[in-house]
Amino acid sequence: MRFVVRRGIFYLITAWAAVTINFVLPRLMPGDPVAALLAKSQGQIDSSAEDAIRLLFGLDQDASIWQQYVDYWGLLLHGNLGVSFMNFPTPVTEVIAQSLPWTVGLVGIATVISFTLGTLVGMGIGWRRGTWADGLLPATTFFSAVPYFWLGLIAIALFSVTLGWFPASGSYDRSMIPALTPEFAGSVIRYGTLPAFTIVLSSVSGWILGMRNMMVTVSSEDYVTVAQAKGLPERSVVVGYAARNAILPQMSSFTLALGFIVGGTLIMEMVFSYQGIGFLLYQAVGNHDYPLMQGCFLVITLAVLVANMAADVIYAVLDPRTRQEG
Amino acid sequence: MTATVSDRRPPAVPERTPVLEIENLSVDYGYDDDPAHVLRGVSLTLHRGEVLGLAGESGCGKSTLAYAATRLLPPPGLVTGGRVMFTDRDGSRSDVLALSDAELRAARWQDVAIVFQGAMNSLNPVFRVGRQIADGIRAHRSVGRREALDRAAELLEMVGISPDRLRDYPHQLSGGMRQRVMIAMALALEPQVLLMDEPTTALDVVMQRQIVEQIAELRERLGFAVVFITHDVSLLIEMADRIAIMYAGEIVEDAPAREIYQRPRHPYSSALLHSFPPLRGARRELSGIPGAPPNMAHLPTGCPFVPRCPHAADACRAGRPTLGPTAFAEAGRSVACTLHDGAREVPQELAQR
Repeated sequence: MRFVVRRGIFYLITAWAAVTINFVLPRLMPGDPVAALLAKSQGQIDSSAEDAIRLLFGLDQDASIWQQYVDYWGLLLHGNLGVSFMNFPTPVTEVIAQSLPWTVGLVGIATVISFTLGTLVGMGIGWRRGTWADGLLPATTFFSAVPYFWLGLIAIALFSVTLGWFPASGSYDRSMIPALTPEFAGSVIRYGTLPAFTIVLSSVSGWILGMRNMMVTVSSEDYVTVAQAKGLPERSVVVGYAARNAILPQMSSFTLALGFIVGGTLIMEMVFSYQGIGFLLYQAVGNHDYPLMQGCFLVITLAVLVANMAADVIYAVLDPRTRQEG
Repeated sequence: MTATVSDRRPPAVPERTPVLEIENLSVDYGYDDDPAHVLRGVSLTLHRGEVLGLAGESGCGKSTLAYAATRLLPPPGLVTGGRVMFTDRDGSRSDVLALSDAELRAARWQDVAIVFQGAMNSLNPVFRVGRQIADGIRAHRSVGRREALDRAAELLEMVGISPDRLRDYPHQLSGGMRQRVMIAMALALEPQVLLMDEPTTALDVVMQRQIVEQIAELRERLGFAVVFITHDVSLLIEMADRIAIMYAGEIVEDAPAREIYQRPRHPYSSALLHSFPPLRGARRELSGIPGAPPNMAHLPTGCPFVPRCPHAADACRAGRPTLGPTAFAEAGRSVACTLHDGAREVPQELAQR
């Protein structure tokens, strides 16, 4: 119990630090959102309107940084992240809510597939090291060494241009109205397959390599030899003794990877014109959209924090040694 | 369950029926053209209910012998020849090295159980100890989880650990307790042979003594045979019935414990016995063994002990001595040394009667 409380306090402090940095960081950036907006409008807004815009965005008050900080917390606790400059007057929460599920869904599922596949394959070739299966390693490493955008372009050229199996870009058929229907779901899956496939292809080697190396290390542990000497069925030696211990470091990388999903995979979203949060953040930075940037960063940092907490919990469940106090 | 076994036979009077016969076992390390010959034609017989001590310096192949005889040798170790005959209680014999994988799995733990050196690492850190004892039982006997755990509790009590420790994880036990758990685990199926590879090396002296006494007491009750591997010869002299001394992948002397202690016949045995203080009797001068163990990848022709032997002669360099009777043709003793060929006079220190 003390362990949980201590971790809880730790996460509270980390969350506070993350939010504070999130507040400070955009204010350190050079440039002015109003000037950026004027530049974007390409003369359609008269420069005399500048003051009006400032007023509109609430940038006119000469509040002290401390006052701003307090106000920021107040708004944050009410779930108010402000209004996006770029998509004025849509609230930031709404803008993020539109793109976050797409990223989480696609990259999340791809990461889970990649992790599961990589861990199983790594377990197999780690246990039977020195056989033909080791040849899988360089093959998968090749795909992660290839720059991702290039891999994506090749996949598009091959599977959508030449073979025509999957659409080249987008996240669903634009002629459809988003709804919870089988047709729409089918469309989402069809559009998502190629990006997901390329993500799995480029990331699976990390999981394979990690698991294989841990399997090799754990296989030489005495307790695995003891399990063999006990005459346990091979399956329970591999799964219960070798893999069960080898997966521990793998699990913590996995939970961390889940946290980073929320950050989006910008290149994937650009290559496949997918409406994810990575691209949103990219646009926000380009347009000096402070509220949106802050909103994105906040979601990302909190996601990483939650993933860390999940990692702690999962680790405690899987490894009894970490449950010990002190 | 245990009561039926204890009345089998008193171990003090060896019936001399073999239970494990290692014949000409050879092991190489390395798959390339120039492997290291770590075991070279080792033959050793373990009799029912006997405690056989296997002693020698680090790297002489003691542990390799145990691993090879149970087919647990990790790569790059490779058994290149020999047989390991196991004789069951009903007298049927089988070659452990020729068993199929399924037969081997069925025979393991049941016939020969092993206690390994690393008490710290022999238990799976993520399973409760009860489960680890029980899964070995359940792999061989068709019993339920509950029954297997009951048996595990019984076994823990037998080695002096409270049964409520069944629900502990290995990290919650001390080193000595872990080694006791390993012994309990090894005895779960009442094996006929218990291989112990330096079971007390990682423990403090007090704990060593307790464990050794416990093993002796359990053996008396359950009647299994023990191969006790250690570099601690003084420990063996106390607990073993017979001692085999290994040097550079060969057995150089094989004799009853008391005899080897009082009347060593091989220069290496003698040197080994002079490298620790005697427990009883007159004080004697301690001496180490000069030189270092040989490089197993490049052994000289002839006796591998030549560079360190005070009695080396030309005959020793000519050919490798084989295990044979001593110069005094004592029963139950054999030695691999040219001094006992009869061509030379045996030096006084190796000729005590």
